[in-house]
Amino acid sequence: MLDVKEIQTIEHDVLVVGAGGAGIRAAIECAKQGMNTGMISKSLLGKAHTVMAEGGMAAALGNVDSRDNWKIHFRDTMRGGKFLNQWRMAELHAKEAPDRVRELEDMGAVFDRTEDGLINQRNFGGHRYPRLAHVGDRTGLEMIRTLQDFCIHQGIAIHMECIALDVLKNNGKVSGLVAYWRETGRFVIFKAKAIIFATGGAGRAWSVTSNSWEYTGDGLAMAYRAGAELMDLEFTQFHPTGMIWPPSVKGILVTEGVRGEGGILLNNKNERFMFNYIPEKFASETADTIEEADRWLDGDKEARRPPELLTRDVVAKAIMNEVKEGRGSKNGGAYLDIASRQSAEHIKKKLPSMYHQFKELAEVDITADPMEVGPTLHYFMGGIKVDHETQSTNVPGLYACGECAAGLHGANRLGGNSLSDLLVFGKLSGDYASKYCQKNRLESTSEQEIENIIRNATDILNKEEGKNPFLIHENLQKIMNNHVGIVREEKELIEGIEKIETLKVDIQEVKAHPASQYNPGWNAAIDLSNIIIASEAVAKSALIREESRGGHTRLDYPDETKNGLEYNVIIKKGTDGKMETRKEMRSTPPEHLSKIAFSSLEELEENNE
Amino acid sequence: MSERKFSVWKGTPEGGKLHDYSIEVDKGMVVLDVVHEIQKLHDSNLAARWNCKAGKCGSCSVEINGKPKLGCMTRLNEYGEDETITIRPIKTFPIIKDLVTDVSWNYEQNKKIAPFKPRERDADGNHRFMQRDVDRVQEFRKCIECYLCQNVCHVLRDHEKKNKFVGPRFMLRLASLEMHPLDTENRIEDIKKEYGSGMCNITRCCTDVCPEHIQITDNAIIPLKERVVDEYYDPFMKLYNKIFKKSKLRIYIIKSYLVTLR
Ligand SMILES: Cc1cc2nc3c(=O)[nH]c(=O)nc-3n(C[C@H](O)[C@H](O)[C@H](O)COP(=O)(O)OP(=O)(O)OC[C@H]3O[C@@H](n4cnc5c(N)ncnc54)[C@H](O)[C@@H]3O)c2cc1C
Ligand code: SF4
Ligand code: SF4
Ligand code: FES
Repeated sequence: MLDVKEIQTIEHDVLVVGAGGAGIRAAIECAKQGMNTGMISKSLLGKAHTVMAEGGMAAALGNVDSRDNWKIHFRDTMRGGKFLNQWRMAELHAKEAPDRVRELEDMGAVFDRTEDGLINQRNFGGHRYPRLAHVGDRTGLEMIRTLQDFCIHQGIAIHMECIALDVLKNNGKVSGLVAYWRETGRFVIFKAKAIIFATGGAGRAWSVTSNSWEYTGDGLAMAYRAGAELMDLEFTQFHPTGMIWPPSVKGILVTEGVRGEGGILLNNKNERFMFNYIPEKFASETADTIEEADRWLDGDKEARRPPELLTRDVVAKAIMNEVKEGRGSKNGGAYLDIASRQSAEHIKKKLPSMYHQFKELAEVDITADPMEVGPTLHYFMGGIKVDHETQSTNVPGLYACGECAAGLHGANRLGGNSLSDLLVFGKLSGDYASKYCQKNRLESTSEQEIENIIRNATDILNKEEGKNPFLIHENLQKIMNNHVGIVREEKELIEGIEKIETLKVDIQEVKAHPASQYNPGWNAAIDLSNIIIASEAVAKSALIREESRGGHTRLDYPDETKNGLEYNVIIKKGTDGKMETRKEMRSTPPEHLSKIAFSSLEELEENNE
Repeated sequence: MSERKFSVWKGTPEGGKLHDYSIEVDKGMVVLDVVHEIQKLHDSNLAARWNCKAGKCGSCSVEINGKPKLGCMTRLNEYGEDETITIRPIKTFPIIKDLVTDVSWNYEQNKKIAPFKPRERDADGNHRFMQRDVDRVQEFRKCIECYLCQNVCHVLRDHEKKNKFVGPRFMLRLASLEMHPLDTENRIEDIKKEYGSGMCNITRCCTDVCPEHIQITDNAIIPLKERVVDEYYDPFMKLYNKIFKKSKLRIYIIKSYLVTLR
């Protein structure tokens, strides 16, 4: 018999779930406010997804082009997000990002420098000015290592390889969480006043993805089961440039920094096809001749940006179309050429990881030959719905920040806006969760609830026979690739949702080897119960948004509609246990913000204060 | 697609043995792909760590045919077609299960290091320093904490000495702090006394295995030792300075010297 009293129990004021950029920054803030703070993560400290971020972190420091300021960053973010972003979040983000970058520098980060010795900034898609503070093409590593080395001295209890299963509640409020240690397979109960989710996205639901094994949507699913609302899940970002050859590396990211450094996209006729895909909305700000685009690369401030740096949704769809019309590269993508644009020395200095990645995994020397690239599932714009100011969910005591939270990016995220998002909203969620703790006491936990969570997990181990979790996961990935891919359609989506329904039955029958110590089969089986919820939520949200916008493209509704701007899609667990989808009307934007978003650049450059 | 033979160590702290598998392999596959194939089709209980599968997180360190490497960056075509590829856990750290080892000792070493202490910002709120002044520090900060260098360092392999030296990874971190233009902390005394810089005898085994190609010994450890020597005695540095310093053939000579040493 299971005796709950025998189970290890750890008490904190705040428990942060996730140790990526958002989680660590949140934990640092809680510790700073004097909270007894714990942080758990699926992997070892310093290995979270954030470590993979390459290109940089966006902040209007104005170090490279002094015309930049928060208003232009805000405007770019709104335009990139097709105006479906939460206005206040986009404002907070643009205003606070510069301070968060400087703060990271004071924790020890060593960003690349300008000639005057300031933090250097690079160009990126959708950003009007060079805005991304960066370290070569390993900015995420710099961020996570800096936060890691800082946080170990802040009195935070760091619990590594500890995987959260579900939230505990009492009187509708958060009271704790049940988790298990990967190493021993033993369970642990965390009692906490507040919990911050910083668990990242669910990209592993697709077979072609840039995401790591951790991205199984655990935070989304746990929040959903705890009664929190999810939002904007139809908006999934397909990054235009993932590796496509050889097959075993398909999906691995090729940073947008390659295009930021001057890289161009070519089809099999050697044409710079992006000139044919400039959307009207961006026409006035995009170069329309190769000559102008080249002048821009040479630093001519009057020249407009090359079309390769249009937003990711535009570039991804352009590559898809070239392939569809027979102009794709040898292995079904596009060519990305930096070799003919920059010296070998410059490429190795500015894009060292890309150089190694291609050399070692594809035997391609990018200083001599073009890369072959194609779209890869990269990022979740949607996630847990949070209050714009406090990052609180609708469950008292439950907070969310980073990629697992929704709101900042709207229908499409600009590159570089995630790393800044992590720090800005990591800090804010830590701040507000601490305030919450000061006003609330620890709730009691229910033994029955704990027992149920543990039983669900151990059932998988106690079966004589059952299904293979890895094969079920592969099936799910196929379903999502085929039915909920870059381009969606009603019939396909409905079929996809039906297939997800059948897969749920299979998941009930999964089985793992009975040894619970460090057992990947068991870990994978548990992850399935989360990723299936994230997948269903994406498919259902995609079905009810009958338009195309940003990261959501419908073949049967190819255009943006006016009405599409009036709502966000919300997902919630119904009282009958079924997933409910609804459209929630958006409030009218604050006047001062909508004025900025619709201003001309000249106006914003002038009244820079 | 073709079949290839693999041999993978499975076991617990109490002991274990190699298990043989025959796996269908595809073009471009890396060793980590094989581990995943085994988990999927033969043994779902085979324990292994990985995260990024792109050489960026340093989780998947193993010994492949006796050489410490990242599983996700080691292509099968580095080995002859008929050669059996053997995968074992790294040796220096205690086994947890199969290919997973307990690397917590490394986290303890890191915690011992006095943290970064920045100088004041300039009056306009900026920090200023030149790119050329941080090229070296940035090289060190490329470290992905795979601990392959820790794994091969003979000082750490010798359990008697393990707690006297933080190992190459953390010498590298110390160097990145000491050479950081904004840092104001002084760690020189600790580098010798607490972190054991004198234990390193410059064999360069760590540098040889670093997947980030960081010049751990030449660019980080030796300069640190030099700073220490200014204040304290280091037997290996004395020898090193006497024989090799300022010699144009320095690297070459050291390399050949090392070959004989190993
Ligand atoms: C290859 C690549 C390159 C990128 N480049 C850039 C870039 O240049 N600029 C940019 O702005 N963005 C970039 N992004 C996006 C950005 O890196 C991510 O969105 C961001 O790092 C997410 O950070 P996070 O803190 O929200 O979560 P993560 O860093 O993913 O951390 C999630 C944490 O949650 C933990 N976790 C999850 N589930 C559980 C559970 N059940 N129990 C316990 N812990 C759990 C994980 O272990 C992990 O510690 C890139 C992404 C990729 C994949
Ligand atoms: S050079 Fe020093 S740190 Fe590196 S392996 Fe040799 S003894 Fe260890
Ligand atoms: S220095 Fe190199 S070998 Fe050592 S941990 Fe860092 S990346 Fe790995
Ligand atoms: S899995 Fe990240 S380095 Fe190999």
